[in-house]
Amino acid sequence: MASLRCFFRSGRNAISVVLRREFHKTSPATLQVTVRDALNQAMDEELERDERVFLLGEEVAQYDGAYKVSRGLWKKYGDKRIIDTPISEMGFAGIAVGAAMAGLRPICEFMTFNFSMQAIDQVINSAAKTYYMSAGLQPVPIVFRGPNGASAGVAAQHSQCFAAWYSHCPGLKVLSPWSAEDAKGLLKSAIRDDNPVVVLENELMYGVAFELSDEAQSKDFVIPIGKAKIERPGNHVTLVAHSRMVGFCLDAAAVLAKEGVECEVINLRTIRPLDTDTIEASIMKTNHLISVEGGWPQFGVGAEICARIMEGPAFNYLDAPAIRVTGVDIPMPYAKILEDNSVPQIKDIIFSVKKTLNM
Amino acid sequence: MQKMLNIISNVLRGSANRNGSRVVVASRTYADFTPQATFDIKKCDLHKLEEGPPLQAVLTREEGLQYYRTMQVMRRMELKADQLYKQKIIRGFCHLYDGQEACAVGIESGINRTDHLITAYRAHGYTLTRGGTVREIMAELTGRRGGIAKGKGGSMHMYAKHFYGGNGIVGAQVPLGAGVALACKYQGKNELCVCLYGDGAANQGQIFETYNMAALWKLPCIFICENNKYGMGTSVERAAASTDYYKRGDFIPGLRVDGMDILCVREATKFAAEHCRSGKGPILMELQTYRYHGHSMSDPGISYRTREEIQEVRSKSDPISLLKDRMISNNMASVEELKEIDVEVRKEIEDAAQFATTDPEPPLEDLCNHIFSNEPPMEVRGTNPWAKLKSIS
Repeated sequence: MASLRCFFRSGRNAISVVLRREFHKTSPATLQVTVRDALNQAMDEELERDERVFLLGEEVAQYDGAYKVSRGLWKKYGDKRIIDTPISEMGFAGIAVGAAMAGLRPICEFMTFNFSMQAIDQVINSAAKTYYMSAGLQPVPIVFRGPNGASAGVAAQHSQCFAAWYSHCPGLKVLSPWSAEDAKGLLKSAIRDDNPVVVLENELMYGVAFELSDEAQSKDFVIPIGKAKIERPGNHVTLVAHSRMVGFCLDAAAVLAKEGVECEVINLRTIRPLDTDTIEASIMKTNHLISVEGGWPQFGVGAEICARIMEGPAFNYLDAPAIRVTGVDIPMPYAKILEDNSVPQIKDIIFSVKKTLNM
Repeated sequence: MQKMLNIISNVLRGSANRNGSRVVVASRTYADFTPQATFDIKKCDLHKLEEGPPLQAVLTREEGLQYYRTMQVMRRMELKADQLYKQKIIRGFCHLYDGQEACAVGIESGINRTDHLITAYRAHGYTLTRGGTVREIMAELTGRRGGIAKGKGGSMHMYAKHFYGGNGIVGAQVPLGAGVALACKYQGKNELCVCLYGDGAANQGQIFETYNMAALWKLPCIFICENNKYGMGTSVERAAASTDYYKRGDFIPGLRVDGMDILCVREATKFAAEHCRSGKGPILMELQTYRYHGHSMSDPGISYRTREEIQEVRSKSDPISLLKDRMISNNMASVEELKEIDVEVRKEIEDAAQFATTDPEPPLEDLCNHIFSNEPPMEVRGTNPWAKLKSIS
């Protein structure tokens, strides 16, 4: 039976896509769950598990979430635990951090991470640095979550990727889920973590469905922070990506497989702390590295990966310079043709692989 | 006989010093002190309030001595910090609180130890009233391992139980304080949060965002603006279109309080605390006070105000002198007794300064610790790729 493969491209239609991975054993009772529902489940389960957990943000309660990620939660948990805020990012982010300092476990939603720039002082100076400045007296168990990066047709001010910005700072953990399993397991880990965690979701992935294994359906399913996952093993080149680009890498890998090139695709899952070990082990096998990200190239996630590889043991295993596939170094344009050409496409990944392998 | 009584009284006084309370010694009963007295205090200006705090305050001898002592400790501690800074033993930022003692001590006497408090960077006084010792405060200023934050925070980042610092970013502490108040309400323990900021910070946008949410959600938060008339080098008239800081909360009721009179501050705080605890939501207090030092140790403090102005406040409105005069003229304490307290305080500060200058600096092994809470040990990259440093929670 030929496996069905649809490549999800646009966020405008919420078409569910079935992605079958031949290498992963699918357990008998698997479920198709969208990333949105996985996030919803994660929050629901953690709200139920721990009374101190609560959600605040714009439109999270009565509107069911701007992107419907928190659908049903207000109905179930009420005003005390699901709080609609006025449009005051700096204010409510600070309030969330203060609540965390005083013993609660807030989930602070930014409608998109673009708006987190208004509140970034609270995230960095009030949340990330406090445990260190207080020499361990004052933990800040808070989660900042929301959609990050490019969407579809929302133009420059609403399309920035903040992975590099947040990952720059010690004291923060930064997660970037791709699949439904990632979303659920990582968000649950983030909520259970006693430290400030930034969870960078992706709006275009919200509607994409993935298989959720039995294990992943459990209420105690967590994914360890700081560990990358090899989504697809291969021998010829290592593709490292996070968030939506993981899917693009897998698509590119499928095309390249037809030409006999087997790509190893690594899903970072966590940007900070970066799982350098997994990347190095992969390079020692494949001898080639390409990092793929949606954000801008300068000082980005790929730049960090390349620097670390240069400084580590895997450098000696590289048969070609490590390269980065990134978004174009411009503010995001509006027109569809321009926008499509501002982020990496599958053909860019394929092109880069062939260049690296001298094909 | 007198000699023996003196010896006994010295011994008893010595043991009383440790917890700062006074023991009425046998040899003193000839001087009958007034156990308590009622004082008239200034009426507070009110905003959106029908009534304000009472116009009279009862002060007991015990309370008076305790307030006096605490304010004196605070004063001497700050002056010692000034000295150490000039000797370059303290470095970086050092924002001193002398002149404003009545605010910190008055507020603390109006709330419970189980309530919460957060302030900005002029925080040494509050660290003290919230349970920090002079030793740990001074050792933090000198950056030693015995500091309240093990030397890792410095002047602006001191923490204690139910005291959330010590915050360096002007205004950022105000939303944090409202968040603490939200936690108080959420957890239903009838606690409140006192959230302090200065006249300079009062113009920060995030404070208005916080007023809105605190009022909307009826958070048990007492916003307190310590108006010492200058935001760094900018006088209030040059910074604010409206210098009625107690009215800036708009829909939040407010009162303007004489911040140099500890009884005024205490009564106003009690009034405000009652307001919060009764579920009415937030309230705002403006304390009119004054700082003798410049904004920080890098600011001589005389380019934007005159020496005459500073001298006038010192002679007419010093908070410690005001309390002292009240107590003495009402026979609640004797001049000698207060002098003895001064001597003890001086000694306490000297001992603390001695500790702060001799305690060793934090060990280098501590450099990368305390990044994360409750985390297995991890590696932190040092200055070069071969420097792999250890970090534990």
